[in-house]
Amino acid sequence: MEEKTILELLREQFPAGLKETSALLGDEVAVIDKEALLQIAAFLKNGPGEFTMLLDLTCVDYPGDESRFEMVYHLFSLTRNRRLRIKARLSEGDLRIASLTSLWKNANWLEREVYDLFGVHFDGHPDLRRLLMYDGFEGHPLRKDYPLRREQPLIPLKE
Amino acid sequence: MPTRIQKQARQDTMLLNMGPSHPAMHGTIRVMLELDGERILNSEVEVGYLHRGFEKTCEYRTYFNLLPYTDRLNYVSPLICNVGYVMTVEKMLGIKVPERAQYIRVLMSELSRISDHLTCLAAMAMESGAFTVFLYNMKAREFLWDVIEQTTGARMTTSYIRIGGVRADLHSGFDTALKKAVEETRLVLKDIHGLLDKNKIFLNRTRDIGVMSQEDAISFGWTGPCLRSTGVSYDVRKAHPYLVYDRLNWEVPLGERGDNFDRYMVRMKEMEQSLRIIEQAAVRLPKSSRAFITEGLAPARAIKESRRQRVRRDIALSPNLEGSEGVRYPDILASDMGLVIPPKEETYTTIEGLIDHFKFFMSGHGLRPPKGEAYFAVEGGNGELGFYIVSD
Amino acid sequence: MTEETKGRPPSGRFITTQFNSLLGWARKFSLFHYPFVTACCGMEYMAAACAHFDIDRFGAGWTRFSPRQSDMLLVVGTITHKEAPVLRTVYEQMTEPKWVVAFGTCTVSGGIYGNYAVVQGIDKIIPVDVYIPGCPPRPETVLDGLLKLQEKIQRQDQDWRWKKKRS
Repeated sequence: MEEKTILELLREQFPAGLKETSALLGDEVAVIDKEALLQIAAFLKNGPGEFTMLLDLTCVDYPGDESRFEMVYHLFSLTRNRRLRIKARLSEGDLRIASLTSLWKNANWLEREVYDLFGVHFDGHPDLRRLLMYDGFEGHPLRKDYPLRREQPLIPLKE
Repeated sequence: MPTRIQKQARQDTMLLNMGPSHPAMHGTIRVMLELDGERILNSEVEVGYLHRGFEKTCEYRTYFNLLPYTDRLNYVSPLICNVGYVMTVEKMLGIKVPERAQYIRVLMSELSRISDHLTCLAAMAMESGAFTVFLYNMKAREFLWDVIEQTTGARMTTSYIRIGGVRADLHSGFDTALKKAVEETRLVLKDIHGLLDKNKIFLNRTRDIGVMSQEDAISFGWTGPCLRSTGVSYDVRKAHPYLVYDRLNWEVPLGERGDNFDRYMVRMKEMEQSLRIIEQAAVRLPKSSRAFITEGLAPARAIKESRRQRVRRDIALSPNLEGSEGVRYPDILASDMGLVIPPKEETYTTIEGLIDHFKFFMSGHGLRPPKGEAYFAVEGGNGELGFYIVSD
Repeated sequence: MTEETKGRPPSGRFITTQFNSLLGWARKFSLFHYPFVTACCGMEYMAAACAHFDIDRFGAGWTRFSPRQSDMLLVVGTITHKEAPVLRTVYEQMTEPKWVVAFGTCTVSGGIYGNYAVVQGIDKIIPVDVYIPGCPPRPETVLDGLLKLQEKIQRQDQDWRWKKKRS
């Protein structure tokens, strides 16, 4: 009962921003327009959804699709014990999306990781730099066109 | 390139680099500290020294092949990571796991969780100066790992939990070994309580140090024992029960202040609850009606015989992990074709088994979940361990 | 050590040979190691170092957490490219004589990680004396590796103050 209410609430509040919703395999998913991300996230956090915890923030690369990258956010509500997944598509030419650091503190490092591994730029992030790879590393490893074994050693290797 | 902390540091403080290789021998992390005597004023953390590229490597493997990678995610409690991955794939495929396998999974998970907490507290105590606690915990861990090794074949990185069930059934001496391990762990826990709970030095070093409030913890997305030490009651095993956790009697311990001592206490109490779960699961395990094979046909002879007629006698697969014989498969593995490996005896002696095997392993066949995605979370040693898999 | 001198006792007179063996004996039974621990093998290292499978009975019990005070660098766990300069620095900070043990398949050859982030074997960065394979190696394997290192130390041409070691 409750899952339909939150997705329905979203549909009422953001008829333009929300593109589609689904509830397959027990996971509630809402695909939204990337411009509406900050508003929808703030509504979900502060509104009746009470999604106080951001569990994960990641990106999926669908090579060949026109909007190649898809940002995926997993939200969790402790009080209502419900999870929700929000997805937003980004195309390669316009790889920018709003940052959620103002709402959840762990978005800071999660967004740095996505920037490091995929190259997505977050507007409003206080300190966007590489997290996992080192300064001199060129490219974004988790993109599908980065070869798996291309190493960029920091110090000269022998043999 | 000056780091953030170098730009922000005050004039009369000392900048110390706790570099990636430091005596707390648990992984690598670089912490740059700004110190005023022994008080830490500011700190900056740099990670990435153990980025092994799991996600990208796993994209190039089949669903079955990447089981060993899941072991190495949280290597102190590898069986729980196995369970998490396998249950996500089972969710996508809609496989139902036999009940005995579910109880075995719970047993193994809890053994892993106890060894995780033992290692964590051993490291914590060692760094605070209590070296004895480290040695005692390692001793208890050895008994647990003995049980895990006898059942799964490996001490640490086991890849025991398979899609559809587990790799092998419990061996014949399991109950005795488990009893010994549980006894030894209880003795060690009693000793640790006696050594650390009221120890003035330990209390001075951990009480009211590293305090985290509930709102901060939730905003940072903490889960697991650290979140429970702040007082928030969230355990994935109670909130979204999976396997058979809802049929067992146990509690979720909570802390109050969110300081280091509370995190220590929550882990100690969780270990006791895990021991409770293990004892209950070992008793409630559905009995297997299949006896252990005492004498059977040698494998080579069985293959030779199968060329003329179907082999009806038991085949003794030896040396092999005890409990992984074909007769035990209905108890421990789901029987969906194309999703689980057929038993060795059937693969080598019957044509159906061979076709089953082909359909699982040949490229182009095998596990192919429908297009879609799934997220499933289990309670790992550290907190919620979620797996998000996208399939095309 | 060149190809000709490998396996043969060091050249020299009787007293220097005996002194060499004495030095080898002393060095092999008092190994202070620096555990450069990164990943899963660290758990097996802890197990090998503690009560059930003790490395203290081989004289290698005390861990020295400073490279300048240790003579064996025990590289345990995966080394990534980001970590490689650190490993090189630690190795160079160690004083002679020093030995390196590669513990676990990730240090031997990169292990199961054949990807952009992991160094495929630490012998690409520093010279290694003993390789201990296993993912993670059983404590008995570790002890076997330690014994092999001790044999190697015993056989080696010990570097004395007036002879510079060539390598």
